Amino acid sequence: MKRSMVLATGAVLLLATACTSDVPPGGAAPTAAPGTSAPPAATQFFDQAEHDRQLALRDEAAEGPADQPWVQMLEPEMVDTAQYATQGPHNVCFSNASVDNPWRQVGWTTMQAEVDLHRDEIANFTALDAGASDDKQISDIQQLVGGDCDALIVSPNTTATLTPAVEAACGQLPVIVFDRGVDTDCPVTFIHPVGGYAFGATAAEFLADQVGQGGKVLALRVLPGVDVLENRWAAAERIFAARGVDVVGVEFTENDTATAKSVVSDYLQREGQINGIWMDDGTAAVAALEAFEDAGQPLPAISGEDQQQFLEKWQAEGLTAQAPTYPTFQWRTAVIAALQILRGEQVPSEWILPQPTITSENLDQYLQPGLPPLHYALCGCQQMPDFPARWGA
Amino acid sequence: MRTLRDRVGAAAPVFGVLLLLLVAIAVVNPNFLEPASLLAYLKRAAPLAILAVGQYFVIVSGEFDLSVGSLVTVQVVVAARLIDGDESATVPVIVLLIGLGLLVGLVNGLITTRLHVPSFVTTLGMLLVLSGAVFLWTGGAPRGSLSESFREPGRQGIDIPGFGQVPWSALILIAVAAGAAVLMRSAWGHTLVATGDNDRAAALAGVPVERVRTTAFVLSALAATVAAILLGGFAGVSAQVGEGLEFSAITAVVLGGVVLGGGRGSVLAALAGALVLEALFTLLNLLGVSGALESTVQGVIIIAAVAYAARRAGRRRRPPAVPEPSPQPA
Amino acid sequence: MTALAERVRWAPRLATGPAAGTWIALGLVVLLAAAIVTARGGDYLTQANLLNMLSRTTALGIVAVGQTIAILAGSLDLSVAYLIGLTSLIAAEVMAGDPAMIVPGVLAVLAASALVGLVNGLVITKLQVNAFIATLGVGLVIKGILESRYEGPAGSVPVLFQRLGYDRIGPIPVAVLLMLAVAGAAALFLHRTRAGHHVYAVGGNVEVARLSGVPTTRTTVLAHVICSLCAGVAGLYLASRLGAGAPYVGTDGGYDLESIAAVVLGGTVLAGGRGGVSGTVAGVLLLAVLDNLFDQLVLDAFFKASCAAP
Repeated sequence: MKRSMVLATGAVLLLATACTSDVPPGGAAPTAAPGTSAPPAATQFFDQAEHDRQLALRDEAAEGPADQPWVQMLEPEMVDTAQYATQGPHNVCFSNASVDNPWRQVGWTTMQAEVDLHRDEIANFTALDAGASDDKQISDIQQLVGGDCDALIVSPNTTATLTPAVEAACGQLPVIVFDRGVDTDCPVTFIHPVGGYAFGATAAEFLADQVGQGGKVLALRVLPGVDVLENRWAAAERIFAARGVDVVGVEFTENDTATAKSVVSDYLQREGQINGIWMDDGTAAVAALEAFEDAGQPLPAISGEDQQQFLEKWQAEGLTAQAPTYPTFQWRTAVIAALQILRGEQVPSEWILPQPTITSENLDQYLQPGLPPLHYALCGCQQMPDFPARWGA
Repeated sequence: MRTLRDRVGAAAPVFGVLLLLLVAIAVVNPNFLEPASLLAYLKRAAPLAILAVGQYFVIVSGEFDLSVGSLVTVQVVVAARLIDGDESATVPVIVLLIGLGLLVGLVNGLITTRLHVPSFVTTLGMLLVLSGAVFLWTGGAPRGSLSESFREPGRQGIDIPGFGQVPWSALILIAVAAGAAVLMRSAWGHTLVATGDNDRAAALAGVPVERVRTTAFVLSALAATVAAILLGGFAGVSAQVGEGLEFSAITAVVLGGVVLGGGRGSVLAALAGALVLEALFTLLNLLGVSGALESTVQGVIIIAAVAYAARRAGRRRRPPAVPEPSPQPA
Repeated sequence: MTALAERVRWAPRLATGPAAGTWIALGLVVLLAAAIVTARGGDYLTQANLLNMLSRTTALGIVAVGQTIAILAGSLDLSVAYLIGLTSLIAAEVMAGDPAMIVPGVLAVLAASALVGLVNGLVITKLQVNAFIATLGVGLVIKGILESRYEGPAGSVPVLFQRLGYDRIGPIPVAVLLMLAVAGAAALFLHRTRAGHHVYAVGGNVEVARLSGVPTTRTTVLAHVICSLCAGVAGLYLASRLGAGAPYVGTDGGYDLESIAAVVLGGTVLAGGRGGVSGTVAGVLLLAVLDNLFDQLVLDAFFKASCAAP
């Protein structure tokens, strides 16, 4: 009644004023090929050309200093950034998808440490955390673009849905995207390690070697629908099929250690014996191994990640294990790239970082004692100030 | 006061469903009937079942406790950080956790009863405060690690010669169940149910309604502490350990035929509700119902079970979705 | 000056009853936030910042208005978060990037939401299932559908429809006007229609309402249909914002518990029968202001810390 009428009157008054739009020029995001609606799940996340490229990239030698993998690059195609060169010190802004898992927390800590290394060049580092909400991240990007930023770093929460906001930002200032991508090549550079296919394939090849034809492998996955994770499984699935490995199950654990342990226990009970555990994300690796211990079974061959507690268990128990990695050092690279762009230095349009694999041979080189159980070893932060205290040791 | 027939009448379906599910699991996987498998099932169900017992006290008194899931997470994360692998710290830290549990329950209870805030809101606020606090304190990633002795109750058991290992979790669950059953038969149990049934009448009859309800919240928080010790023991440190447990616990209680709004239902039926949920997950897993449809099946079964119970209970008044807040002083 | 400030100034006149407290609290929090941010050398009442807060309220505001009606009727709806994900996908898939399909897309969303609301309402009234469990169960059913059918964002929304999420009239985002329109319509429904009065009656006391001839079943079902329709509209808005449908957009946003929190903050009694939409709008704004303030303090704190060190 009265109050709604006041609101309605207000709305009408506002309608009389000028009309503006923030829709990015050229508009829609996800490469609007007609009928892109829900392609069959099996193929949605498989791209043969990209798959083959990543598998080849694994053997490629990276350019750049070998002791600083975070500034190394594979097959770079450099682009000119002279147009973005400005006088420092700069305001660098960052729209973060979330810090809701240990991988992102280690990355975020490392990124802040990297910013601290460049006090002379960075006047302000403004970061907004979207708390894993696409809608909030769109607002965050708009807010940052509307503010006083010289360059914008984005770690997108979801690929397709952040595309319009990133496109709109590209028109205003240089944009650096890392980790997950966006469906547009408007950012000056897109930083990412080799990729999910390479990760999944490396792990699957190792397990296929270990368990042999007919060996039983249980695949533990986090959740469906995350492109990086889907690619890991897509590559692994093909290798297991080609090598005649018996995949006894593919289960989602949502990275909950209790779920992972229960799932593995169930499979042990049902199958009697399991020779290998493949994981698309190593967070719950130790819990999966404990299920074998509690069932009184020998520990299986396992592919995990560079997570501290897994590496410690690996060393203590002499596991048959391998850890393909998705390095957290890419969070450093994003800051370095932003500064290079603001200096007008060339950067690769797609900055592909190496993706080292931890094996029993080089385990000692990566495992540093005293860090928290959920630390990620490939942070590239060992030489940074305040290491290891800043990372929670 | 409820009559015996009334109690069994409301509770019977859940025991039937439980039996049915266990038989179904045994048909799919005959190994399930071996004592070791049954005990493993109890071990897995124990944390949720204990949470359900705690939640039962709150629900039967006419309130809600949405904070138990995040309390479990807080307890596990705090334990890991304070123990940090040091065996000698285990007992002091467990004492501290119990103290923290008492405090959270007391705050929930006092805000709900003294400030007359609906418990849905109080405990929702507590959920947000606890998860925010743990996030700030840890920067998100849990630190430290649990000692072996802390993990003992959730992970190990006692070996009985000629039989195998009996998990501590199963024994703790049985002890909690027995304690809760005795408590509900005591005078305090009757006043708790009377409070949930009609708090004004109970207050007029001299029941210290506010104190009874506050105690219920404290018991729920203590149950969450025990569940946290078992879950942390079972699977180690994780920042997600308690996620969604509040809804699972409430679901379990309701599956047990306990009426939201208070005053009706038995504690053992609530516990059986948790066992039903766990059996349902096990069965779906065995049948290979992919993770995807599992939620759908769970949703349908919850609705069906409660609808069935409502049918049996006859045409009673439809209880409100959320109980009225505690009576305001006139 | 700005719409927000204007609305704050109206607040005392606008609101009566429990909602007044929320509007006053909102005003105080805005003043407090402005004082804190200004004291720290920031600029609070900038257009960009206010816009950001306003556009942050849109989705939650629309959902919370619907939730208000469900709660007023003595019920509540825990399925909205999943429904938002589902409807964003329906919108994006039906539209599939084709402007001609906008109307069918919107209609499909509204039909699907109404159906979900109908199911919620019927399960509660006909099957006598408590609203908490009924809507939790329906939410789980939708979750299963989302998980089995989708593995991530799907479909695409035409540029024309994206303008809903991105256009502004003067300084005000169109979507905020949409939210206010939904709130206005809900207020009209509650106060000006017989069905609206029935909602209050049923929420106050079902038995008394039934005895005085209120069609209680129909009213509860209607309240749930309206609540779900609001979630559907929020799904449409989010699809226009994201350019695609996303299965997790509702749950990631925490719209289920947050919408209930906003309603309660707005002075509506959780047990039903008392409260209204105006308070809910204030509750949503209050949450947005607090969220925004927290953001500003966190960034501030970080750069203070990193600049203070030598």
